[in-house]
Amino acid sequence: MARKVMTGNSATAYGALVSGVEVVSAYPITPQTTVVEKIAEFVSDGSFKGKYICVESEHSALASCISASQTGVRTFTATSSQGLLLMHEMVHWAANTRSPVGLVNVNRAVGPPWSIWADHTDAIAQRDTGALNIFVESAQEILDMVIQGYKVCEDPDVLLPFIINADAFFLSHTFEPVDVPDAKKVQEWLGKYEAPYPLDPDDPHGYGSLTFPHQWYMELRYNIKRAMDRSAELIPKVSKEFAKLFGRDHGGNVEEYRTKDAEVALVAMGTMVSTARDVVDKMRDEGHKVGLVKVRSFRPFPQKELRDIAERIPVLGVADRCYTYGQEGPLSTEARAAVYTLKDRPVIKNYVIGVGGRDIHVNVLRKVFLDIEKVKEKGLDKESVWVGLKRPPDEPPEVM
Amino acid sequence: MAKEKKETRGRGDWKTYADMPPGPISMKSTRGVSLTGGWRTVKPVIHLDECIKCMTCWKFCPDVSIVVRKDGYPRVDYVYCKGCGICANECPKECIEMVLEDTPVTEEPEGEAVAEGKEA
Repeated sequence: MARKVMTGNSATAYGALVSGVEVVSAYPITPQTTVVEKIAEFVSDGSFKGKYICVESEHSALASCISASQTGVRTFTATSSQGLLLMHEMVHWAANTRSPVGLVNVNRAVGPPWSIWADHTDAIAQRDTGALNIFVESAQEILDMVIQGYKVCEDPDVLLPFIINADAFFLSHTFEPVDVPDAKKVQEWLGKYEAPYPLDPDDPHGYGSLTFPHQWYMELRYNIKRAMDRSAELIPKVSKEFAKLFGRDHGGNVEEYRTKDAEVALVAMGTMVSTARDVVDKMRDEGHKVGLVKVRSFRPFPQKELRDIAERIPVLGVADRCYTYGQEGPLSTEARAAVYTLKDRPVIKNYVIGVGGRDIHVNVLRKVFLDIEKVKEKGLDKESVWVGLKRPPDEPPEVM
Repeated sequence: MAKEKKETRGRGDWKTYADMPPGPISMKSTRGVSLTGGWRTVKPVIHLDECIKCMTCWKFCPDVSIVVRKDGYPRVDYVYCKGCGICANECPKECIEMVLEDTPVTEEPEGEAVAEGKEA
């Protein structure tokens, strides 16, 4: 195992390399570009021996990966924002053809106006595709989750694509020490990908042809539902297996931090979790009983885990780095839905924060935690608030 | 790549979601099931007396519904032709006419089929 100082984008490229990916097809887009460049470097120095397909768009990049995956090889692509949105049709296609393509999405705000900074809108737009949607908070976690993504998604009972979401710049361009596991050891663990019905000229089948309403469409969709449910069981299991072999356990579908005796907790995804850890530590030192819940898997959504947490903690704040217009932050909506069946439902307040890469400073998160405590004392004032918004002088900020 | 043949139950032989392969795979030809000719509102009629056997219609047909007979002339396979009109649009002799589905036409004799795999 080699420990190197590298960016999240390099860690992404190394993740694909050590996983023994055989086909890569990607189209450069800021802030993902250096992933593509790093893999090109692997091609030129001979360390990547697979096929690198240059294409004219993200739509074609994912289409190439899907076709390659259907022949029975491990495939990888990476993108951001508008690129992922252009891929969107193909993300459905990857799931519907049950192709376990690996995809790293460097979360970037959606334009116009152009913004290249962190925002989760691009990822959340893939919610209904049937792709696993995983959020990470460090370069190491990207690398480890690329490997684990293949382990989970190439399982014969899963066979779905996965998207690892890494916040723009906070991860993509920030240098961190990263352990790169031994490629041979990783590939021994992953095994060879076996497509159930590989595209083979000697054994032809029709792939994705027409099915009538009375035939099999509903059943094919139900089987994707079953596969996604299976992935929810596998993610924590695979994480444990990975920890045994490589010494790191990032947690299952959720990770709890100092929630044991917490009276309130913040639920969040992505890099803001790292900042929130520091805030929780500091506030704990001051006697505040605050905790943190990191949602790692947005799809499959950790309903069971969140219900369990909600039974113990009566007040939850849910932070969203994006917004669903006409509703509220998407993570908050999902969290509310998950806990709805509980007899004693917790109070949930949604905080829309860091949209378009606006800095989520420790002081900002501290105010959010104090606001959640206020909700516990005085009850819920508003269901969803925008934190750090520039407001007219006569309008007080919603989180003081 | 797994070369050994898996147990393949044909599409239509499945009883429930649990019998099916994971992806949308057709185990055998669906030609006998999807008779798409019924989708037409207009149909192509080839005026063979003007046809020069250039095979442009055969080449352009997206549904493999132009078949070439032993006499070398193209015919329309009305069981599958959806009536898209591409053949009529592409015909350099303009001898393919799109007519309403219910227009009675004098069908040209079918002609003897060439052996399978040798069409055109």
